[in-house]
Amino acid sequence: MSDYLLMAISAIFINNILLAQYLGNCPFLGVSKKMDTATGMGMAVIFVLTLAGVITWIIDVYLLCPMDLVYLRTIVFILVIAALVQFVEIFLKKMVPALYAGLGIFLPLITTNCAVFGVAVINVREGFNFMEALVFSFTSAVGFALALVLMAGLRERMATARIPQVLEGTAIGLVTAGFMSLAFLGFMGMV
Amino acid sequence: MGLVREFTKGLWDEIPPFRLVLGLCPTLAVTKTLKDGLGMGLAVIFVLLCSNVLISILRNIIPPKVRIACYIVVIATFVVIVELVMQAFTYELYQDLGIFIPLIVVNCIVLGRAEAFASKNGVLASAADGLGIGVGFTLSLTVLGSIREALGCGTLSLKIPFTDISHVYNLFGPSFKPFAFMVSAPGAFICLGMLLCLMNIIGNLKKS
Repeated sequence: MSDYLLMAISAIFINNILLAQYLGNCPFLGVSKKMDTATGMGMAVIFVLTLAGVITWIIDVYLLCPMDLVYLRTIVFILVIAALVQFVEIFLKKMVPALYAGLGIFLPLITTNCAVFGVAVINVREGFNFMEALVFSFTSAVGFALALVLMAGLRERMATARIPQVLEGTAIGLVTAGFMSLAFLGFMGMV
Repeated sequence: MGLVREFTKGLWDEIPPFRLVLGLCPTLAVTKTLKDGLGMGLAVIFVLLCSNVLISILRNIIPPKVRIACYIVVIATFVVIVELVMQAFTYELYQDLGIFIPLIVVNCIVLGRAEAFASKNGVLASAADGLGIGVGFTLSLTVLGSIREALGCGTLSLKIPFTDISHVYNLFGPSFKPFAFMVSAPGAFICLGMLLCLMNIIGNLKKS
């Protein structure tokens, strides 16, 4: 049990997927301008990433490896993720319309979120077992959501601040992300 | 003339990842050293060029409703080719880039060019566009990689894939204290932000 706890803390704080592993930076800078959109995106990623991480792990271990098709991993994973996102979208639209309305346009965007694909690949490259893959996928997504929401809070404040004209937009976003990443470096050595 | 224009727009006007803020993850992750940045850039040029050409050839056959899925399959195919070739011939680079080679599949630049350009234009124009954007991306990665490696390690390591050409230049002599911050994650973000700021300043100067 304590192993999983350590893994969770490591994935959320120390090796944060956005700030230490550089995965999923496009949505991180793209949808972090407002708090509600950031929360929506964070929730959508937690939901899809956990599912995708587990499903791609099952496919890899029980289908690709026994049939010696490991070289097809990239194609299979991306197709599974794309199909999964579509499926989740249709399922939520029919069964949980409230959640669907909340997540809105963020669901389709997740297909090209490198965090999802990245975690799926890390799961199999590290040779995790099922529980580890599940915990790692979920906590990585939580780390993503945490960083995204924190960033949105900072950027909402920055909207009212006087920023030099040449730094406006993405440039100041990147510098802010750098300082956040520096703060998260402080967790290093905790585990 | 048109083809030259499609090519050169990728080198300044629409240079990724500065003007088109897409594909940030590899930009931040593989620019610790010059040689990694260059290797990644070359891989992206290949994928971008091939996928743009193929998608442009198939643009009238692919049904619009499932086009994104088709594009992803085309891109993924070329990424697998790159992955296998790199594993076979440039193993060291393959190890250095690690997970970021398969991640070219979800690099928004590649999919973005397929959707925004190759699906609407002819084969030659798409090839020029893919090559231009690819070369622009490689330029950005090399510049960023050089800055980070020079400040962070005090060296510049040049290695051209598939050849024996390999040099490590020591820039500042033995008394240099490396600024290790630059090769860590926060350094990547801040360095890219500062470069973006510099490009804005140059852009302003050109306007006025």
